[in-house]
Amino acid sequence: MADVQERRTDFGPPHYEQFLPPTIKENYGKWKYHEILKPGVMVHVSETGDKLYTIRAASPRLLSIDKIRMYCDIADKYCDGYLRFTSRHNVEFMTPKEENIEPIIKTLAELGHPVGGLANSITSIVHTQGWVHCHSAATDASGVVKAVMDELNEYFVDMKLPGKLRIALACCLNMCGAVHCSDIAILGIHRRPPRVNHEMLKKQCEIPNVVASCPTAAIRPAMVDGNQSVEVLEENCMFCANCYTVCPSMPLNDPLNDGVSIWIGGKVSNARHEPMFSKLAIPFIPNNPPRWPEVTTAVRNLVELWAKHAKKHERMGEWIERIGWPKFFKLSGIEFQKEHIDDFKHAGLTFKRSTHLTF
Amino acid sequence: MADALPKTPKLDELETGPFPSFVKEIKMAAKRSPMCKDLLGQLEQSYEEKIGHWKHGGIVGVMGYGGGVIGRYSDLPDKYPGVSHFHTMRINQPAGWFYTSKALRGLCDIWENHGSGLTNMHGSTGDIILLGTRTEELEPTFADLAKMDFDIGGSGSDLRTPSCCNGMARCEWACYDTMALTYDLTMHYQDELHRPAFPYKFKFKMSGCPNDCVASIARADMSIIGTWRDDIQMDQDAVREYADKGLDIKSEVVDNCPSKCMDWDGKELHIENSYCVRCMHCINIMPKALRPGKDRGATILIGSKAPIVEGALLSSVLFPFVKIEPPYDIIKDTVDKIWDVWSEEGKNRERVGEFIQRVGMGNFLDAIEVEPVPEMIAHPRENPYVFYEEYFEEGDEDEEEEEG
Repeated sequence: MADVQERRTDFGPPHYEQFLPPTIKENYGKWKYHEILKPGVMVHVSETGDKLYTIRAASPRLLSIDKIRMYCDIADKYCDGYLRFTSRHNVEFMTPKEENIEPIIKTLAELGHPVGGLANSITSIVHTQGWVHCHSAATDASGVVKAVMDELNEYFVDMKLPGKLRIALACCLNMCGAVHCSDIAILGIHRRPPRVNHEMLKKQCEIPNVVASCPTAAIRPAMVDGNQSVEVLEENCMFCANCYTVCPSMPLNDPLNDGVSIWIGGKVSNARHEPMFSKLAIPFIPNNPPRWPEVTTAVRNLVELWAKHAKKHERMGEWIERIGWPKFFKLSGIEFQKEHIDDFKHAGLTFKRSTHLTF
Repeated sequence: MADALPKTPKLDELETGPFPSFVKEIKMAAKRSPMCKDLLGQLEQSYEEKIGHWKHGGIVGVMGYGGGVIGRYSDLPDKYPGVSHFHTMRINQPAGWFYTSKALRGLCDIWENHGSGLTNMHGSTGDIILLGTRTEELEPTFADLAKMDFDIGGSGSDLRTPSCCNGMARCEWACYDTMALTYDLTMHYQDELHRPAFPYKFKFKMSGCPNDCVASIARADMSIIGTWRDDIQMDQDAVREYADKGLDIKSEVVDNCPSKCMDWDGKELHIENSYCVRCMHCINIMPKALRPGKDRGATILIGSKAPIVEGALLSSVLFPFVKIEPPYDIIKDTVDKIWDVWSEEGKNRERVGEFIQRVGMGNFLDAIEVEPVPEMIAHPRENPYVFYEEYFEEGDEDEEEEEG
């Protein structure tokens, strides 16, 4: 028994303090203001007069350890060995030395990582795993993101837009990426009801759980070919895939019918307008790997329509709220369809309940 | 066998273009890892067939933990044996996502020895994601991580890894110490983080100001968003400097104020602070001239989530203003009460926000012993279907008169 060591668990993450650059440690809570010096570069100025320069660069989020080691080389050479990542997957290099800015940008350019994503730009796309790692994905994540950001790179490396524009992608309605409050959300969707594996269902799943998982009560217990199983009232299925999450015998993945939908006008910041959900713009675009040209075109059109018409600082949703949705559909040329009209809970709150209309 | 990568004409098209390429990352890792070679092969097949090739879940983990490892198996294991197992480990990130190169290199070495060499920096919830390893490597990976003091994050129906913006470390707008609170809550709730025992997931997100850089209000069951109670700090000289440099203060700042609480006469900016809703717009536009007030704390909101199951929700106000100071008792006491009632009464896969919708906010507030205040609502109810809790019996009037 003497050699049995107590197993160490529940010790939590390392304390953040050991990872803070000296300039940050000394000025923690003392920052006075910041300025954007140029695309992707900002300076924070402290009450003490200290300055900290930050260089923000794009990242694909899916990183090899080789690339992380290259990031570390940059940090060691120019940033006393410190670096950080942002909430939208960018990498940031921080230094008190102004003369280090250009060499850092140059090195990042050599690695193929553009600098930008600050202020009135389009920063990196928050996204999910897609076909790289997820069982319920209705589209790929990394591939669509790469294709869209290649298309929009000029807006990442510059600050020429009227305001901020935040794009997010989730490869199914589970929304690991919580995309539902984005200026533009790209959302993978299924469109075919689950095809029940009646032979396996009883072995893999608990029938009451499967029945209870359906928010529209479209699933009922049933005997099928002598198997205890379930049946799906297909006209009540809105493809949320919650049944599949609780039961592997209810797959919805289907290459013929899976694709993406596009949602716009959401925001999380409280600046000016209160936070808003994104609203449906394009109900369905088929998957077209490897570059999803219909999606990249649709996103570019939305970005440029907003950029052309919005007032300074106006986010996508604020702009559309000002001009009204009918005008948006007219300007965008997107066909208004039955699918745009909500028919889930409290749908009536989304109907136009006044005569405030433009013509 | 060592050198040849599978033919991936479709994926290869994603190596071109100005934005960094995840395909290049996988190929870099594939030089050393047979797992990544088969990942490329399987992903190319997905691109051809327009469908994923991963099986549904699979329960794997490390001893003593109920979450933090996502089991993943290929549905084509004979064709792509390298990804027959391809499990994910979620590793609790340091608050604010700051690192030393030494720590990152240590993580890379561990993942070179035990996994695919692919990561996400970071996952949506905030964890370091180590992407792809075999079941038998999970324990040794954890042992090596533990030597570096990196612990596992949350998954399933547990407390998910708390995360925050960089707060006071590098932002003048932080109204409380987001990183300190995140670390404290993470350490305080290790059991809840590592052993799923809730009806469904629960997320904390700490944002230092109403700009909400971690999207707390959209996806945290408890959103803790910094704010202030006193007046916006103002430097009139700096305001004039912005104007002199060409900022149109009237159209860009004053006209965008949602509460119409400010005006600009060309020399002085006047703010009627008692009407200010702390939206941050004017401060965002003139960071050198305006700053949040000095009496700082946070608004605590509850209940946001993505659509699954009953529809998406934004968090709504629970406490309009709270001072955020260690040991954070008001947060912990409230959280304990919320978890008690939700764990007892919540349905399987029902988030706190959905639970509140089902039982009613009034009843929920009763259960967690919080008094209702008008800041909690956008407006009072519009329907007359009130659940009045008491009514008079005949004869009650006489008693009242006697008491009177």
